[in-house]
Amino acid sequence: MSKFGGSRNNKEVPGISSGSLSDIVFMLLFFFMVTTQMRESENKVVVKLPEASQSVKLERKDLASYINIGTPTRQYQGQYGTDARIQLNDSFKTTDDIRDFIAAERESMSEGDRQFMTTVIRADEDVRMGIITDVKQELRRCSALRIMYQARKPAE
Amino acid sequence: MAKKKTPAINSSSTADIAFLLLCYFLMTTTMGSQTGLSRLLPPMPDPNQKIENQQVNQRNIILVRVNAANNVLAGSEPIAVAQLKDKIKDFLSNPYDDPSLPAKTPTEIEGYGTYNVSQGVISLQNDRGTSYYQYIAVQNEIVKAIDELRDEFAMSNYGRPYIRLTEDQQDIVKKAIPQRISEAEPKDVSQRR
Repeated sequence: MSKFGGSRNNKEVPGISSGSLSDIVFMLLFFFMVTTQMRESENKVVVKLPEASQSVKLERKDLASYINIGTPTRQYQGQYGTDARIQLNDSFKTTDDIRDFIAAERESMSEGDRQFMTTVIRADEDVRMGIITDVKQELRRCSALRIMYQARKPAE
Repeated sequence: MAKKKTPAINSSSTADIAFLLLCYFLMTTTMGSQTGLSRLLPPMPDPNQKIENQQVNQRNIILVRVNAANNVLAGSEPIAVAQLKDKIKDFLSNPYDDPSLPAKTPTEIEGYGTYNVSQGVISLQNDRGTSYYQYIAVQNEIVKAIDELRDEFAMSNYGRPYIRLTEDQQDIVKKAIPQRISEAEPKDVSQRR
């Protein structure tokens, strides 16, 4: 009777095809693969960022160079003590090394981008300002004037 | 001879493999959007240059000091960090043209007309012993004061908050209410007792 040829007696629901499941999952996978970014350098200092409600986003992440300031992690405390230290790239440094660090960072950027270079100061909230003032003075001497105090937005 | 049929590869496990990889990337991913407070440091003064007397009129400057015990001094009186924002707002807007608060000079702003731009400068001084936490909190309050003033300006002129203005309008607002924060040369405050 039926025009579409479906027999009235056959009421079995067809099984859902799971063939496209892997495609969906792969799509998700690619999304996360593209958006993920691996941590480039190991953190050797403990940094708990201070809170600031007015903090704004860093615009050009590729033009940022990072200066970490904080107390060394437990495994390095025996060697470097518990006083706040500066970490550049992967090793403990002093303020005198900032000049070379900034020069190297500048060198790795294209000519046009150098003026937009931002130095991000990632300092622990318990650090005293003395060390940060030293870093700032050194940055002024290297004329790396764009800086950013990294902070996190408080949870609302 | 019977025709040999190649058996189909069972593809149901690809989803599992993909899930495993997905879980790995989900775990390691950091949707890192870095936020912070942007500042422009003043250039280092040329040592050969004679130190010019950069005299800013006393009424145009507010000195915000943070000492080693994290106490904040705005102008000449101690103040709580929570109250600093209102103090800075009063200082910069000077609604009643108080002669002890900063002067305003009519400035031509392209695309807007003349506006009485406040000449106020916030000078921030800190001690070597000040904690970074307090320093950022003070910086944050100052930025908050300026952001609120900009929002008020945007609301009264364009009827929209600052972040929803077009880029040109934002530039006008920035010129009308500039962010003048001077991070002074480091001074050893602790030596002066």
